[in-house]
Formats: sequence, structure tokens, C-alpha cells
Amino acid sequence: MLNKIYDWVDERLDITPMWRDIADHEVPEHVNPAHHFSAFVYCFGGLTFFITVIQILSGMFLTMYYVPDIVNAWESVYYLQNEVAFGQIVRGMHHWGASLVIVMMFLHTLRVFFTGSYKKPRELNWVVGVLIFFVMLGLGFTGYLLPWDMKALFATKVGLEIAVTIPVVGEWAKTLLAGGEIIGAQTLARFFAIHVFFLPAALLGLLGAHFIMIRKQGISGPL
Amino acid sequence: MHRGKGMKFVGDSRIPAQRKPNIPKDYSEYPGKTEAFWPNFLLKEWMVGAVFLIGYLALTIAHPSPLERVADPTDATYTPLPDWYFLFLYQLLKYKYAAGDYTLIGTIVMPGLAFGALLLAPWLDRGPERRPAKRPVATALMLLGVISTVYLTWESVVTHDWEKQAKQGEIVEATVDKESEGYQIYSSQSCIGCHGDSLQGGSGPSLLETSLKQDQIKDIAVNGIGGMPANAFKGSDEELEKLAAFIVETAEANK
Repeated sequence: MLNKIYDWVDERLDITPMWRDIADHEVPEHVNPAHHFSAFVYCFGGLTFFITVIQILSGMFLTMYYVPDIVNAWESVYYLQNEVAFGQIVRGMHHWGASLVIVMMFLHTLRVFFTGSYKKPRELNWVVGVLIFFVMLGLGFTGYLLPWDMKALFATKVGLEIAVTIPVVGEWAKTLLAGGEIIGAQTLARFFAIHVFFLPAALLGLLGAHFIMIRKQGISGPL
Repeated sequence: MHRGKGMKFVGDSRIPAQRKPNIPKDYSEYPGKTEAFWPNFLLKEWMVGAVFLIGYLALTIAHPSPLERVADPTDATYTPLPDWYFLFLYQLLKYKYAAGDYTLIGTIVMPGLAFGALLLAPWLDRGPERRPAKRPVATALMLLGVISTVYLTWESVVTHDWEKQAKQGEIVEATVDKESEGYQIYSSQSCIGCHGDSLQGGSGPSLLETSLKQDQIKDIAVNGIGGMPANAFKGSDEELEKLAAFIVETAEANK
């Protein structure tokens, strides 16, 4: 039955080559922990992606309750945390996932660096990877404000004060992020938009490029 | 795009005339013990992912994510702290040559050099050698970067007052009878400005933990204490009596 459906779609759209590109390839011995246990270091990239998927899913559920305005933001998070069924788990996964994704990405970066995998021909993929790192830090920074509690507000204040010290573009960047002179209602709305739309869009684009390049170039060979 | 022979026209579009058979690629010429990604290797990866997920969920259940009290921009006593992965930058800015007049060194020069070098690593380390031991400069610089990041984060953690951090952000669930006559006096006098709308404190101390007697409170309201000026209270003696009684009662109820 499933085969028939597949064939029906394939006959019209010729999806087999796409499928081949994505999934039909061999995994070399030196990255397979089943053959060499030390190859577990090659798992960090996959785990980063795994947490990213969890972040996207848990974040989608969080937006069902979260209200991005300064009157209701804290109340909505408090309600989500204490009243909503499994709200504590979903928020907990998003909260801890934000830290774990940084840890995993850091380990993945070290693995790529110390195996020299960024060398020719994979320079561009390394650059895209570092950009993903920056986007993740941006997601962490903007997401930290959203619960609108004391630590959120004051960490953002400090962060934007640091941004102001950057010559030429500092003031401009602060105004762009804060939406005005004070850190308040506009800032929360902007950080929400950046956290939920702008940066995830950039992240998905970069991840797509990252994976296409891996498929195109294959994993770097053994040392 | 496939052109010429082997294509047929359907309406105005051109599609392959013959279906290619769906045969997996042959990897028998590959060196070493390879394994098909789908489904063999992906299953193993999923098992690693599942073990990881269990640990992740255990962490989530054991440590509910923190939520401090609602943001109060007027509270100038709060000591801010960024999330842990920004602590190294935050700590860097505390050092003499990365702060004050030299703040650009801390905010731009050093992070810029570190992250710039990270971004441009493939062009800074161009040799064909891949083993860490065969490219000592790149390896040493990366180790230096990692060690200083860990060190700065560590310094930031051990020098921070975590007890105060937990205390200053606590959600205070005070039971304050806002309908009472005492609260009317409390809010119509200037008390509310410094001691907060639930007596939780602000620029003045919290009144919820006070163990002062009624007479002492009356005295302070009129004569001031510490940073609190004299004559903060400007009502009748009767109101003063009610106010002090209200504060004592509320403090008693929240013990």
C-alpha cells in the first residue's frame, strides 16, 4: 500500500533522486561509534540538530500560552509554569535546551576544529557553522528577555548598554533592538519578533546550507 | 535539466519518457566498513539521541526552569546577571584594561579578534595538515581560547553572590489586605513609593519581615530612620495608630 502511494507520487514528481540525495549514502567507518568508540565525538553535530528540533517544537507550544506584552508576559509564563498541564515540562525543555544546544554546538565546533575538518574544500561550511553559532547566541539573548522577570529585564539592560559602547553603529543598534530610548514594551515586542521569526528563519536557512554542503562534500576523511 | 532524447511532452511540460528503476547505489567499492545511513546508522543515532533525551528530561524534571518576580524597572538595587554562556564576556568587562576608558578593548577588540579568528580559521590555518599536533599554532590558540573562556566563566561564577541573586529575584507572595483601612492610609501617605504596593520593599526595605513593635513603627514614620527622611507621615495621630497596627498585623500574617 505504502509502496503504491510512493510509486504514484514518484511517477509524477520523480522524488527518488531527492530521497537518494538526502538519505541514501554510506556512513564511513571512522565516524561510526559502533566500530570505533572514540567516534562518539562525531555525534555532537547530530545532537545539536536534535536539540534544535526540540527547541522549535517546544517553542511552538510555548507561543500558544505566551503573551508578548509587558502587562501579561510574566503572568502568562507564571500561568504556563504553574497551571498548564505539562507546561512546566515544555518550558523546562525549552529553558534547558537553550543551554544544552550551546554546549553541544561548542563541542561540535571543537571536534571540527581539532580534526582539521574546516580545511579545503570545507571552508564555506565552517563559515556557515560559525554563523549558526552567532544566530544561536542571538536566540539565547533575545529569548532571555521574554519571561519579563527581573533577571530578564536587567540582563537585557546590561546587554544593550554594552551594545551602545560599539563605535558608530552602537547607538543605532541599541535603538533598533530596543525600539526606542527605554527598555520597555517596544523592546519586548521586538525581541519576541526577533526570537520567533527573524532568527529562526536565518537559522533554518543556514542549517539548510550546512546540510546541503555536508551531503555535497561528504564527511572529512579519517586523520 | 534533462534535454533531448528520453523526454516526452505532456501538455506544455516535458517529462522523462521512461522511469528509472529504484535501485540503491552500490557502495561495495567504498573503503573500510561502511554502513548505510538509512536505516542502519540512523537507528543507532536515534538510540544515542534517546539516551540523551532521557538525561535531558531528567534534568528538566529535577530542575524546573527558574522564574523570578515580574520585571520592575524602578528597582535600582537589583544586581544583573546574564545567562551563563555570556558570563565570560560579562566577566571580561570587569577587568581594569577591559573596562572604563578601555571598555572598547573588552567589548570590541578582544571578542572581535577571538570570534573573527574563529570565523576565518580556514584562511588563517591554510596548511594541508589536519592532525592537531602537526599544526601547533592553531591548536595552541584554540586551547588558549577555550581555557580563557572557561576560566572567565568560572571566575564570574565564584565571585558572584548567588544567595543574594536568589533572594533579590524571589517571587514574594505576600498576603496584604488591600481593602483594609490601614492599607488606605499606607497608600495615601508616601509609604507606598519606597516600600512597594505590597509592602515588599523597593528603594526602602520590605516591611513584611519587620519585627518592630507598633510604637517603634510610629516613631520611624514620623522621625525617619537611616535613609528615610523625617516627617514622611503627614496624617493624624489616629491614622498613625491604624497604619502602625496594619503594618504589624501584615508582618505577623506573613511570618
